[in-house]
Amino acid sequence: MVHWIEGQTGLWEIVIGLEIHAQVTSRAKLFSGAATSFGRAPNTQVALFDAAFPGMLPVINAKCIEQAVRTGLGLNAHINKYSVFARKNYFYADLPAGYQISQHELPIVGPGLVAIDLSDGTSRTIRIERLHLEQDAGKSLHDRHPTLSFIDLNRAGVALMEIVSQPDMHSSEEAAAYVRKLRSILRYLGSCDGNMQEGSLRCDVNVSVRRPDEGFRTRCEIKNINSVRFMIQAIEYEAHRHVRVYESGGRIEQETRLFEASSGKTRAMRSKEMVHDYRYFPDPDLPPLTLDDAFIEDIRTSLPELPDQKKSRFINIYGLPAYAAGILVEDRETAEYYETVAKGRDPKTVANWVMTSLFGALHRSGREISDSPISADHLGQLIDLIGDGTISSHIAKSVFESMLETGQEPLAIVTAKGLKQVTDSKVIEQAIDAVMRRHPDKVALYRGGQVKLLGWFIGQVMKATDGKANPTKLSTLLKERLTES
Amino acid sequence: MTALVDLTLADARIGLNRGDFTSVELTEAHLRAIERRRFLNAFITETPEVAIAQAHASDRRRRAGQVGAMEGLPIAIKDIFCTEGLLTTAASHILDGFRPPYEATVSARLRAAGAVTLGKTNMDEFAMGSSNMTSYYGSVLNPWQRHSAPEIKLVPGGSSGGSAAAVAARLCLAAMGTDTGGSIRQPSSYCGIVGLKPTYGRCSRWGLIAFASSLDQAGPMTRTIRDSALMLGAMSGYDSKDSTSAQVPVPDFEEALTGEIHGLKVGVPCEYRSEGLSPEIVALWDQGIRWLKAAGAESIEISLPHTQYALATYYILAPAEASSNLARYDGVRYGLRKAGNSSLNDMYMQTRAAGFGQEVQRRVLIGTYVLSAGYYDAYYLKAQKVRTLIIRDFQQAFKTVDVILTPTAPTPAFAMGEQMDDPIIMYLNDIFTVPTSLAGLPGLSVPAGLSPEGLPLGLQIIGRPFDEQTVLKVGGVLETAACFTQRPSLAAAT
Amino acid sequence: MSLDKATVRAIAFLARLDISEEAIEPLIEELSAILHWTEKLQEVDTTNVEPASYVSVSKLYWREDFIDCGGYAETVLTNAPESTKGFFLVPKVVD
Repeated sequence: MVHWIEGQTGLWEIVIGLEIHAQVTSRAKLFSGAATSFGRAPNTQVALFDAAFPGMLPVINAKCIEQAVRTGLGLNAHINKYSVFARKNYFYADLPAGYQISQHELPIVGPGLVAIDLSDGTSRTIRIERLHLEQDAGKSLHDRHPTLSFIDLNRAGVALMEIVSQPDMHSSEEAAAYVRKLRSILRYLGSCDGNMQEGSLRCDVNVSVRRPDEGFRTRCEIKNINSVRFMIQAIEYEAHRHVRVYESGGRIEQETRLFEASSGKTRAMRSKEMVHDYRYFPDPDLPPLTLDDAFIEDIRTSLPELPDQKKSRFINIYGLPAYAAGILVEDRETAEYYETVAKGRDPKTVANWVMTSLFGALHRSGREISDSPISADHLGQLIDLIGDGTISSHIAKSVFESMLETGQEPLAIVTAKGLKQVTDSKVIEQAIDAVMRRHPDKVALYRGGQVKLLGWFIGQVMKATDGKANPTKLSTLLKERLTES
Repeated sequence: MTALVDLTLADARIGLNRGDFTSVELTEAHLRAIERRRFLNAFITETPEVAIAQAHASDRRRRAGQVGAMEGLPIAIKDIFCTEGLLTTAASHILDGFRPPYEATVSARLRAAGAVTLGKTNMDEFAMGSSNMTSYYGSVLNPWQRHSAPEIKLVPGGSSGGSAAAVAARLCLAAMGTDTGGSIRQPSSYCGIVGLKPTYGRCSRWGLIAFASSLDQAGPMTRTIRDSALMLGAMSGYDSKDSTSAQVPVPDFEEALTGEIHGLKVGVPCEYRSEGLSPEIVALWDQGIRWLKAAGAESIEISLPHTQYALATYYILAPAEASSNLARYDGVRYGLRKAGNSSLNDMYMQTRAAGFGQEVQRRVLIGTYVLSAGYYDAYYLKAQKVRTLIIRDFQQAFKTVDVILTPTAPTPAFAMGEQMDDPIIMYLNDIFTVPTSLAGLPGLSVPAGLSPEGLPLGLQIIGRPFDEQTVLKVGGVLETAACFTQRPSLAAAT
Repeated sequence: MSLDKATVRAIAFLARLDISEEAIEPLIEELSAILHWTEKLQEVDTTNVEPASYVSVSKLYWREDFIDCGGYAETVLTNAPESTKGFFLVPKVVD
């Protein structure tokens, strides 16, 4: 399902490639023993190597290698058993050595694939070109002083996995689905926490447009986007900008642009950056990285069930529709929560509760499923109480709200509040009779043909029983009573 | 009774053990010598208080029965090694005021072995040079003088010129140097001392200010072969903080000095014997071959066919690595910063232009160029391939010989001011030492004779990877045969 | 290879070295001469020869993932020409 831009002179296809920088989950940095935590006092997580002191040398962190291989396997990618670290040379205040240790011609991971699901139910496969390990740069703060920038090197040297896609995406929706899927996979693997607000996952987006069946035109790179929402806006704006320029006879310059959240637009960088010549060459301080089969196999066998596999399983074993399955597996914790509740219960009912009531509640309170006030066991118990008739599904909703507030188990709430369902026919009949006695006019109308009043009667009897009457029994008995004369 | 400053490391070790003198006395004697011969400008930073304190500590340790391999022996350290709390400059203005909060592994090892630090020696800026004339702290004077023209100031060679002059002039018992393309061997030859560049990876580079990472090596500069073996043993060893450090055991180098070279095969590369080679050098080389044969070795002519390309290869690769290694000198975290700049780029450009000397700037520019887009393949990549061929030349040669004998330098020490007009002429001084560096092999320079003008000439012994033992052993044989006892005129016995 | 002024200026900017007008002419000559001298490498047949990127015999050493550095901002900043409140200071970068 291609999304075309309708320009004034015809259709245009958007071409999108993404370069994602994912911070590796590890205690220490890629080439030094300094810590990687976020948000610490400036320059307190800096080894002398990270600050590029004279004579300092890199030593690679085994965990980072493992995480890169793990990620490569999770992306169905080829693992390169021989790879080389190269220096990418350029000057910037947050790059103390004047070069970044990265990988150039021989990255640790080669081509791979990511499957994405779109809202119209279709799926696409996006090709990954490569994944390589590199150092993150420090942070420059430009807003603390009128003429000076403040430099904090805490982040300098943290391991990044740069994941480069082929330009296979053709809409902002596809790009968003790709980022979400990638993030989901990384979190499943535990190789990156995917926290975009904290900067653990950042996107550089390459956008160009072309006529159908044309080759590639010039692309622009939009750097450092840290939310999916902004990425969508940026792609839409940029693609339309290209179309406008071409249709007015202009040309697109290959350039790096920045996204301005306030206006929803992209703009060229002010400093006309000279064309970067990174002068890559193999880093003479680091011998090549060689991996043996045993190492790779160990990681492969320790991989968790990944989103795609889990989704298939949810469709096959739980009979869930693809869309619901996709939502439930996006996050590993959510999938595990769901499976805990679904054990021995009707999967579709559980899916409903989780996706509607629980997600709604979590979203309202800004929480993650990992700190859900309602545990999987308790939710399961609530569903059981409906299933065995202890409460009606109507009452269950208010029990659910109480569970959110108090974190108590459902039976305790039902008991304390006396919310058990009334199923005794005699009691229900008594309530029905009371209502009928109070509203003879309505009874007459009903018997006269206004059968829609049944709903009104149900409401009245429910009120009289504090909502506890079993709806099915109530409906049956009410109809009987009303049609009697 | 030998003056304290005329002792060798080995003899001083004996004297200290016997209690003939203390480390404090030994150190003070050297501090006085340093003062007397300050005109040589061999030191950038003298550290007398530190030295005396260390000497006292050493004597205390000795009294308690703790005696390390270098216990109480006063040495000098080339100012390219980061020494904790002490000014470290790499002879550059751009490192003004830099006091490292850490100690280089090799100097820490020597300190842990009990050595006493007399000071930081002068050198060519960032180790780039063969004359010690590119130092921000001024040139170093070679303590040797020409018979016929003693007023002409001679260079000590470089880049470890200060260390070489200090050892030759008896300002220290030994010194640490570094060698990238010949920077230990060539000044050792010019100053009549023993200089060893170990196999690449034998000594750690952690804390050594990097010039060309795939070539830099720390090594001992001493007056005798035994001293070299002693000091090498104390400096060497695997360091996990240096990913290029070799995980090989450290043998007892002194034990190898048996003098026994019967049946040893000595290679003599025909390509080193070019037409331009001066007669005195040729004569010395032939003499060296005869000495070794007299001791039972066999001399075999070998070919190292890519020798003529070694300098060009080196002068592409070393500047390339340097251009990247020196990018960190930018005025932000240490050293010189040119104030009054409104933009970051201006600050970088002004700071680096003011902080780096001309030779350093030249090499950074060459290095930047040969790595740049469009030129990488023709220059850098090409040079890396030729380097492979040079390495193969040596591998091939070592199938038939055990060591290779060559002159160390094409000439004796030249005069200050000579060779300054054309950088390339200066580069040609490294012609015999560079191939060994490119191949990562151990290379030793031994003083073997004097030129007609009375200036020292050295012979170079090149060995298989990690075979410093054989190299030192052969060096010992040459040392015995050459009987080089002359002293520089500016360091006459007192 | 003879360099022209524009190339030398471009290389100098890549290397962040300010070269004055007076210095540039002699520098162009020197650099051109050095590069020309190194061009003799073009004579060598290097078909099928691998570049010698690694002289070291070592296999890459992998360190364990634990924290053993950092926590000393003062030391990191101690040699800085300009710093404040734990940050390095540089002229502001605008982009």
